Amino acid sequence: MSVTVPSAAETDEAGKVAATTPVTGAALPRTRSRWRGAGLVSFVLLPGAVFAVFIGVWYAVSDGVLNDQQRFMLPPPHEVVRIGFLDWSNFKTMMSALRLTCEVTFSGLAISIVIGVAVAVAMSQARWIENSLYPWAVVIQTVPILALTPVLSFFFGFALTSRIIVCVIIAFFPIVSNTLFGLQSVDRGMHELFSLHHPSRLTRLWKLQLPAALPSMFTGFRNAAGLSVIGAIVGEFFFKQGEPGLGTNLSVFTSRLEGERLWATTLTASLLGVAVFVFFGWLARRVVGRWYQPKRG
Amino acid sequence: MTIADTTTAAADTTADTAAGGATGTGAPALHFAGVRKRFRDGTVALTDTDLTIRPGEFVSIVGPSGCGKSTLLRIASGLDEATDGTVEVASTNVGYVFQDATLLPWRNVRDNVRLFAELEHLDSAERGRRVADAISLVGLTGFEKHLPHELSGGMRMRTSLARSLVLDPSIFLFDEPFGALDEITRERLNDELLRMFILRRFAALFITHSVAEAVFLSTRVVVMSGRPGRVKADLAVPFDYPRSPQLRYSAEFAALCGEVSQHLRSES
Ligand SMILES: Nc1ncnc2c1ncn2[C@@H]1O[C@H](COP(=O)(O)OP(=O)(O)O)[C@@H](O)[C@H]1O
Ligand SMILES: [Mg+2]
Repeated sequence: MSVTVPSAAETDEAGKVAATTPVTGAALPRTRSRWRGAGLVSFVLLPGAVFAVFIGVWYAVSDGVLNDQQRFMLPPPHEVVRIGFLDWSNFKTMMSALRLTCEVTFSGLAISIVIGVAVAVAMSQARWIENSLYPWAVVIQTVPILALTPVLSFFFGFALTSRIIVCVIIAFFPIVSNTLFGLQSVDRGMHELFSLHHPSRLTRLWKLQLPAALPSMFTGFRNAAGLSVIGAIVGEFFFKQGEPGLGTNLSVFTSRLEGERLWATTLTASLLGVAVFVFFGWLARRVVGRWYQPKRG
Repeated sequence: MTIADTTTAAADTTADTAAGGATGTGAPALHFAGVRKRFRDGTVALTDTDLTIRPGEFVSIVGPSGCGKSTLLRIASGLDEATDGTVEVASTNVGYVFQDATLLPWRNVRDNVRLFAELEHLDSAERGRRVADAISLVGLTGFEKHLPHELSGGMRMRTSLARSLVLDPSIFLFDEPFGALDEITRERLNDELLRMFILRRFAALFITHSVAEAVFLSTRVVVMSGRPGRVKADLAVPFDYPRSPQLRYSAEFAALCGEVSQHLRSES
């Protein structure tokens, strides 16, 4: 006897999420591989092989394609490690920048989640709210940050606040779109089940729509988490006052042609992105994995 | 709520009310008169539907698919409105069991069973007591902590039944609740549903596409015509409750099933 509970949220998830967000993918990482014994191959050996190819190409470009004057653009990996990570004073600078970038990332992400969920909930309550806000949510995401720097700096200065605002602008859209999608794709039968007992909007939201939307909300959070790192770096790139973050340093190292430190910083920023992405995947499994199984491919 | 307790509720009086429904005594639990339903797209699902269900009656509806059976229940429950005609529902406490168990996948059995009690704002002590009662009545004791996806189809349907039983409805609407279950599970749930019917004495309107199920459960079987649906035949089922599972193998049972099937098949 089959034990899966069919619902609109499950069956339509992949297709509609893909339509409403720029970042696609299954709602949650698969928890079980059908091909169990292959865990080592698929999760260690294959990515490892790709990594080896990547390093190989890096060396090939660095040593084979670039000449000595050009090599600062892509110094060989061991030099990046030696100068960027193993040099104590460089490493200390980078860690303090990382701490600051984390601050911007996490505040930006937290604000995005609060605003994004609130906006999506508002949109889910009335068509006219959705119609008036959704286009602007799309537009905000497409505005070039460069164009906003003068006005942001006028009102919020050149430091932390402006950086966080940039981060929010870049990160909050997937939260709005995924949360809204989740709230709106609750199974009709479940809505009718509630309608039989005439609940208030708040009760319906709290006991039906929000819990049902959690899997897609987490998809949104996870995508926003990756974007919030990008947002923090972009923000730091434009707003350089105060303590430097990774983005500030990227811009400094670029202008000083310090390729090794530039690449070390870039790698660190990517790792931060991966870390928050993985963290939200883990959190989603903790919170909804017990009852929500994404479709198996 | 009070109507279920009136004296006409006894099952043995229903045989004479069966023919037309309107001839019995006592206020009906559910009454449809000249009900017509036309959807916005022009589909006419029901025309001239007259049907009366009295307290203590268990009425099953059989009919070709698409003839408006679900629509009739949706109208009775208030999920939908009739285009014409009158619909009287004697109680606001109506249980409605869908074909799909429609459990909230994030709630375990106990919390799913508690849902309606929460929505109706029963106080928590009362809620706890009723939830425990309902769970034991449907035989799910020991499975309170299980999530829907960990249950079999039959157990999910039991959970759905328990969820409605918590409110102790005086009118119960069932829309092919066991249609998706295997034969053995379905028969067992039929036996248990009758046990609940005898115990709780609700008025039931039960849709099924199984003639045997309809005859086994009901005091009356109503046959509907193809779309647009209306009542084509209304047959009394003379067997006393409690009904033993062996009733299914008796000659009278088979004869009555045959009669219902014949009405189903006949034109007009
Ligand atoms: N919301 C609706 N809009 C238009 N047509 C509908 C709607 N709901 C049901 N119908 C149509 O009304 C007819 C009766 O439906 P239904 O009551 O579900 O039939 P049954 O339960 O007897 O199989 C069907 O032809 C169905 O397609
Ligand atoms: Mg139906």
